[in-house]
Amino acid sequence: MAGLSLSNLKKTYGKVEVIKDVDLEIGHGEFVVFVGPSGCGKSTLLRMIAGLEDITGGELRIGDKIVNQVQPRDRGVAMVFQSYALYPHMTVYDNVGFGLRLNKTPKDVRDRKIREAAQILQMEHLLDRKPAQLSGGQRQRVAIGRAIVRQPEVFLFDEPLSNLDAALRMDMRMEISKLHQELGATMIYVTHDQVEAMTLADKIVVLNAGVVQQVGSPLELYNRPANLFVAGFIGSPKMNMVEVSVETAGANAIDISGPAIGRLSLATEASGIVLGDKMTLGIRPHDFQQVPEGPFKGTVTLVEHLGNETMVSLKLANGEAMIAALDGDTTCAIGETVSLDFNRDKVHLFDSGGQRRG
Amino acid sequence: MSNKQKSLQSHPLAGWLMTAPALILIVLFLVGPFILAFGFSFTNQRLISPNPTQFVGLSNFEQLLGVGVLTLDPERDDAGQVVLDAEGQPSYPRLRDYTRNNPDYPQYDGMREWFSFSTGDARTYVLARDTVFMKALTNTLLFVIIVAPVQSGLALLLALMINQKLRGINVFRTIYFMPVVVSIVVVSLLWRFIYDGRNGLLNNLLEFLTFGHFQPIDWLGNPDTALFAIIGMSIWQAVGFHMVIWLSGLQTIPLTLYEAADIEGATPWQKFRFVTWPGLRNTAVLILVVITMQAFALFSQIDVMTNGGPLDSTQTLVFQAVVRGYEQQNIAGGSAISVILFLLVLSISLIQRYLTRERT
Ligand SMILES: Nc1ncnc2c1ncn2[C@@H]1O[C@H](COP(=O)(O)OP(=O)(O)OP(=O)(O)O)[C@@H](O)[C@H]1O
Ligand SMILES: [Mg+2]
Repeated sequence: MAGLSLSNLKKTYGKVEVIKDVDLEIGHGEFVVFVGPSGCGKSTLLRMIAGLEDITGGELRIGDKIVNQVQPRDRGVAMVFQSYALYPHMTVYDNVGFGLRLNKTPKDVRDRKIREAAQILQMEHLLDRKPAQLSGGQRQRVAIGRAIVRQPEVFLFDEPLSNLDAALRMDMRMEISKLHQELGATMIYVTHDQVEAMTLADKIVVLNAGVVQQVGSPLELYNRPANLFVAGFIGSPKMNMVEVSVETAGANAIDISGPAIGRLSLATEASGIVLGDKMTLGIRPHDFQQVPEGPFKGTVTLVEHLGNETMVSLKLANGEAMIAALDGDTTCAIGETVSLDFNRDKVHLFDSGGQRRG
Repeated sequence: MSNKQKSLQSHPLAGWLMTAPALILIVLFLVGPFILAFGFSFTNQRLISPNPTQFVGLSNFEQLLGVGVLTLDPERDDAGQVVLDAEGQPSYPRLRDYTRNNPDYPQYDGMREWFSFSTGDARTYVLARDTVFMKALTNTLLFVIIVAPVQSGLALLLALMINQKLRGINVFRTIYFMPVVVSIVVVSLLWRFIYDGRNGLLNNLLEFLTFGHFQPIDWLGNPDTALFAIIGMSIWQAVGFHMVIWLSGLQTIPLTLYEAADIEGATPWQKFRFVTWPGLRNTAVLILVVITMQAFALFSQIDVMTNGGPLDSTQTLVFQAVVRGYEQQNIAGGSAISVILFLLVLSISLIQRYLTRERT
C-alpha cells in the first residue's frame, strides 16, 4: 500500500525557486497526472519523488515513511524516462531484467518475470534484440517492461509518449491505462499534452511556475477551473476570455457589460461582487450556438470543418478574436457576419485577481 | 575580384594544391622512409661505404632472428659418474666448442648463449645469433605488457575521479595533464635526478619513509631496476593523456542511464560494471591500440636516461634500430629491425581489433 504525501515541498537551484511549497496527497492506486507549460517544474517534482533530485525543503512521504533522505533504489519506485534510458549494449531481455539482476533474483524467477512482462506488453518476439533494432514505440514498451518487472508500488512516467507519432501515442496511452487497471499500482505521469492528462488521470495536478494551480478530476478541472490559468490551460480549443465590468450586483444575478458583448444578465451567486468590478468572462468554444441575433457578433476569419463539428474563428467589432465550435453542418464563409449566443449555465467568471467567482 | 577567387577555388587542381604541403611532407618523411626501410632490409646497405650495395635476401632477418637450442650432457668420468666442480655443480663442455668453427654443428656457428636452463642432469642452452637484439625484443615486449594495462587502468581511475562534479576539480585535471605537455626529453632529464643513486628524490623519499632503513639504490645503474624505473616514469608521463581520452568517453554516456540504474537499485560498482564500462568499449579499444603503439616506440627515455645500459638491460627495438643504423652505420640492420617492429605492431593491433570486435 503506497500512497504519497507531499507537504511544503520546495526545490531551489541556487537562488532560483523552481518548486514552491507544493502540497499534495496521492492515494494508493491513483493515477495522477502533472500538467503544465514547459519549464513549470513537472519533471523536477517527479525527479524529487524518484530521489534523483535533492529536496530543498518540506517533507515527502511514500507509504507512511518519510523518504527525503532515502536513496532512489530504496524508495520502491520505478521510472520511465522520456529518452527511454535503455542500455544500448544489452538485449531487450537483459534490459527488462536489469533491476532483477542487480538485486540478484534467482535466474528462473527472473526469467519467468521477464517473460510475464513481455507478454503483458506484447513484445515476446523482441526479447533477443538490442534497443538499436527497435522502433520508438517498441523501445517505449521495453522501458515500461523494465519498470513493471520489479512490481514497484509507485510508477513514475516523465513524458513517456512525447517521442511517438500521434497514432502510436494513442495506442500506448490506452495500454498504459490498461496497465494501470491490471497492476493497480500508484502512477504519477508527467505530460504537457492535455489530452493525455484528461484521458488517463484520476486526478490532474496543474502546475505553473512551480506552484500548484489546481488539483482535481479531469471533469472538475474542465467544468470548474479554479483560476484563469487553469481555465486557459485545460480544454481545446482554448476558452474564450472577455473583459467585462459589473453593472448591477443582485443576490442571485449580476448584470455585466463590456465592449464586445454589450449588456448581459447572468444568474450567479454574487456575494462579494460589487458594482464597477472588472471581471473576466470565460466561455468555452463548445458552449456557443449560432443564432439570428445574439450578444456576440463578428466577422468570420477562419472556418475549419472537422466533420463532427466546425471550428469558426471570429473577429468581433472591437477587434477581439473568438473561437466557436459549432455544429458539423454549419455553413458559413470567411467574411460573413455571424451572430452567436452561449449557454448561460456554463459560463465562468473570474475576478480581477484571476480567481474563479461563483 | 570575387569572381576570380571563385574560379580558382573550383579549379580541379585546387584541392590537390591545398593538400600538397601536407602530402609532400607525409610522403617525404613517412611514406618514403617506410618504403626505403623495406628495401634496405634486404640489402647490405651501409650509411657511408665505398662498396656498392648488394641484395642479400633475408640474411639480415636470419642474422637477427636466428636461434638454436643445444642440450648438453654433463661431463662424466670413466665410471659414468657426473664430474662435479669445486662448488659441487656438474660441469658441462664449453659452449664455444660448438659455436666456433665446429664442422659438426654448422647451424650454431657464431651464436651466443641467450639463456639456459637445466632438465635433470642435462643443461639446455638457447642460443641466439644476435643476443642484443633478443634482449631488446624481450625488453620491449615486457615494457608493453606492463605499460599497456597499468597505464590504461590508472588513466581510467583518474578519469573516473576527475569526472566527479566537485569544486576545483579542474585544478586536478590540469595537474594530471601537465606531464603530457612537457617534452619527454625534459621529463627524462628530470627523472634522472629523481632516480639518482646518491641524492635522488626517490631514494631520499624512501629513506625518509622508512626512517633511514632504506639502502639507496642506483635505480638507473642497476640492471635489475633500470627497466622498471623507465617503465614507472613512462607510465607517469603519459597517463594524463589517456585520462583525457577516457574522460571524453565517459562524458558521452547519457546521464539518464545512470539515473535509471539508480532507480533500478544499482550499487556504484554495478553502475560501473553495467553502465560505464560497456559505454567505454570504443574508447577502450582506442586507448589500448594507442598505448601499445606508443609503448613499442620506446626510445627517447632510453636515449636520455640509460643508453640501453646497464648490461643491455634497457635495450629496446627502436633504440637498437637507431644505434645500428647511425652509430654502427649499419642501415640495413637498422631497417630490418624497423620492419620486424612494424610487423609486430601490425599483428598485435590486428589481434586486438579481432578480440575487441563488436559481437552481434
Ligand atoms: N540543474 C538546474 N539548474 C538550474 N535550473 C534548473 C535546473 N534544472 C531545471 N531547472 C529549471 O527548473 C525549471 C523547471 O524545470 P523542469 O525540467 O522541471 O520543467 P518541466 O516542467 O519538466 O518542463 P518540460 O515540459 O519542458 O519538460 C525550469 O525553469 C528550468 O530552467
Ligand atoms: Mg520535463
